[in-house]
Amino acid sequence: MQMKKKMGVSLAAVAALGSIALTGCGSQGAAPASSGTTPTTQSASGQQLQIFSWWTGVASSKALKSLIGVFNQQYPNVQVVNEAVAGGAGSNAKAVLASRMEAGNPPGTFQVHGGNGSLLSWIQAGDMQPLNSLYQQQGWYHAFPQSLLNLLTVNGKIYAVPVDMQRANVLWYNPSIFHKYNLTPPTTFSQFFADAAILKQHGITPLALANHGNWEATLLWSDVLLGTVGVNEYNQLLDGKASWNSPGVVAASQTFAKMLSYANPDYSALHWQQADQLVAEGKAAMNVQGDWAQGYFTTDLHLTPGTGFGWAPTPGTQGVFAAVTDVFGLPAKLKNDTPTLDFLKVLGSEKGQDVFNPLKGTFSPRLDANTSLYDAYSRSAMASYKKDPLVLVIGQGGANPGFTNAVNNAMEIFVTNHNVNQFVSAVNSAAQANPLS
Amino acid sequence: MKSETVPLKQTQRTTKLRKHSKISWDHFFSITTLAPSIILLGVFVYGFIFWTGYVSLTNWNSFIPDFSFAGLKNYFLVFETFRFQSDLRNIVVFTILFIISCIVIGLFLAILIDQKVKAESLFRSIFIFPMAVSFVVTGVIWSWILNPETGVNLVLKAMGWKHLPSWFLSTTIVPNITVGQIQIGIPLALLAVLIAAVWQMSGFAMAVYLAGLRGISDDIKEAARIDGAGSWRIFWSIILPQLRATTTTVIIILTAASLKVFGLIYAMTGPGQEFVTDMPSMNMFQTTFQGNQFAQGAAISVVLLLIMAAFIVPYLISTLKQGEDE
Repeated sequence: MQMKKKMGVSLAAVAALGSIALTGCGSQGAAPASSGTTPTTQSASGQQLQIFSWWTGVASSKALKSLIGVFNQQYPNVQVVNEAVAGGAGSNAKAVLASRMEAGNPPGTFQVHGGNGSLLSWIQAGDMQPLNSLYQQQGWYHAFPQSLLNLLTVNGKIYAVPVDMQRANVLWYNPSIFHKYNLTPPTTFSQFFADAAILKQHGITPLALANHGNWEATLLWSDVLLGTVGVNEYNQLLDGKASWNSPGVVAASQTFAKMLSYANPDYSALHWQQADQLVAEGKAAMNVQGDWAQGYFTTDLHLTPGTGFGWAPTPGTQGVFAAVTDVFGLPAKLKNDTPTLDFLKVLGSEKGQDVFNPLKGTFSPRLDANTSLYDAYSRSAMASYKKDPLVLVIGQGGANPGFTNAVNNAMEIFVTNHNVNQFVSAVNSAAQANPLS
Repeated sequence: MKSETVPLKQTQRTTKLRKHSKISWDHFFSITTLAPSIILLGVFVYGFIFWTGYVSLTNWNSFIPDFSFAGLKNYFLVFETFRFQSDLRNIVVFTILFIISCIVIGLFLAILIDQKVKAESLFRSIFIFPMAVSFVVTGVIWSWILNPETGVNLVLKAMGWKHLPSWFLSTTIVPNITVGQIQIGIPLALLAVLIAAVWQMSGFAMAVYLAGLRGISDDIKEAARIDGAGSWRIFWSIILPQLRATTTTVIIILTAASLKVFGLIYAMTGPGQEFVTDMPSMNMFQTTFQGNQFAQGAAISVVLLLIMAAFIVPYLISTLKQGEDE
């Protein structure tokens, strides 16, 4: 009896505490944080359009709302449901999207990165409809550069409309440090190492690196690869048309490993914003990051482009634009295509993009975009974008997700043991296991 | 339904009839009450366990579902990787250290509180409070505290320490025995994660132990004291044996928490350099939802389930046996 009573007490305590623990776990889960209501029936007056994205941050959700505002001015009868899913830099959203597509219940349209990542997967799965006639009708074949359209085209069919543009091969630097030691931003790797040696002598971390998310180092490596092998071989590699065992990949990996010796030692504890903070505070001189960092410098740290922070293409990538672009397409299994097509018209229009991009901190991929809406950094990126060839990066939806994940895994080992041969062979087998195009 | 049957029962006079109808009503009531949970559990827990097991035997390793039979290919692929081998080492090391630390600290705190101290409820709340914090918050805060460049190391440095620990950034593994691709031993980085996890969960062990201690009758302790036993002797011979059932409960719950640990790792360290802080759950999440390799992710989940079952099933059997004995 004594025994039983005691068990009862402890089990009751366990049950009570267990339920607390479970609730705690549940709140961390990847629950879809739909910011709008999700009525299942269409509104009586008109049609409904679900817009699916991972734009839940302050700037991006504001930009999306403004874009929806422009859309509703032109199409007041369509009720827009903003189905943004928060968390995990889009990975939660992608998981939710995958289950909806699988169930044959796609949203009206959804955010995806242009390139050979998820977008290509959806196209190959037959879940997307081509938009060639929409492009024809809207005159978009000339509104966007051909090298961008190539990233959205499979077998001559174009599947998505780009809404914004970001650059992934940017070297951010601290201008006052460079001025103080009479340095210029490096355009080659030998210049980079020369600068780095001088900076190290003066007790400044030459390269700020963050790799908490297990993708940042891959982005740096991707840029080093681009700067080492050049646009042509780089594109062949990313299209699966060249061998990843090549001397160029080995050389790039060696350069990358050497760069790590000039980086802060705690990189696997830092998020990318913290690496850029090191640059802003003058503790480190340079950082390689996509130009989403620019919003962090200007909005969060209140720095002025040019004086508070400087930028240059990463070494060896002058005249190349590594593109990360958010695009939207037309899912195949929709009951009614009209609201989606109407939304895509607004999304690709000059007006829609001019409202959206300045708020989000990106720039419009249209060739006729109004440059006066943007700051000095974005204007310089736009100039490069309009004339230079565009390439994809590894990660950011640029390549087969399975390949990217395998490279990230190999990178996690490479950053520690600096074993180039092991890394290159891991990347090579990842490319064989996960078709790149 | 109920309002109809109750007056009906009252009108029945014969005891036999009443008894009969009462039994069927009880049956009906218990079935209808249990049915929703049984159906929901059946579909959403057991159904999906079988579904995951099925997916792990297919070739579904991209966005495009491919349910062709792959045999155990995914399991071989997963077990071959450096990452998964590291995961297995980490989870075993972490679970053992986590349970021992939580039990020792939890029991110690429970005994302190059981001394009829003043403001007992205040201390109890303080110790159990970390449990109310989500693992993500714990992870972020401890990653700041234990960041070797900016955290507690600055204090240690000011105190004149020469060899500052690199906490969760350490890639050292002690004692470092190479087995296959990986090194077997305790990754020092896991100790940093352990500190955060124990900080959060030892309060839970304390609460359960406190309930256990309160269940031990004072008579027995008094009798032992009269027989001349000292405090230590009472603790070892009277209290500890009586806490055995409680300890089993604590171990089972903590094991489950430890094997499933995800939020803490995700927020605090990520997989870590050379996967020193990676866990199967983390690997499963990234493989499935970032790599879209659903079949391989499912294979990792199944392995995780089997590990969990290896701990839980013996416990369930022993509780069932105990129930029969009494």
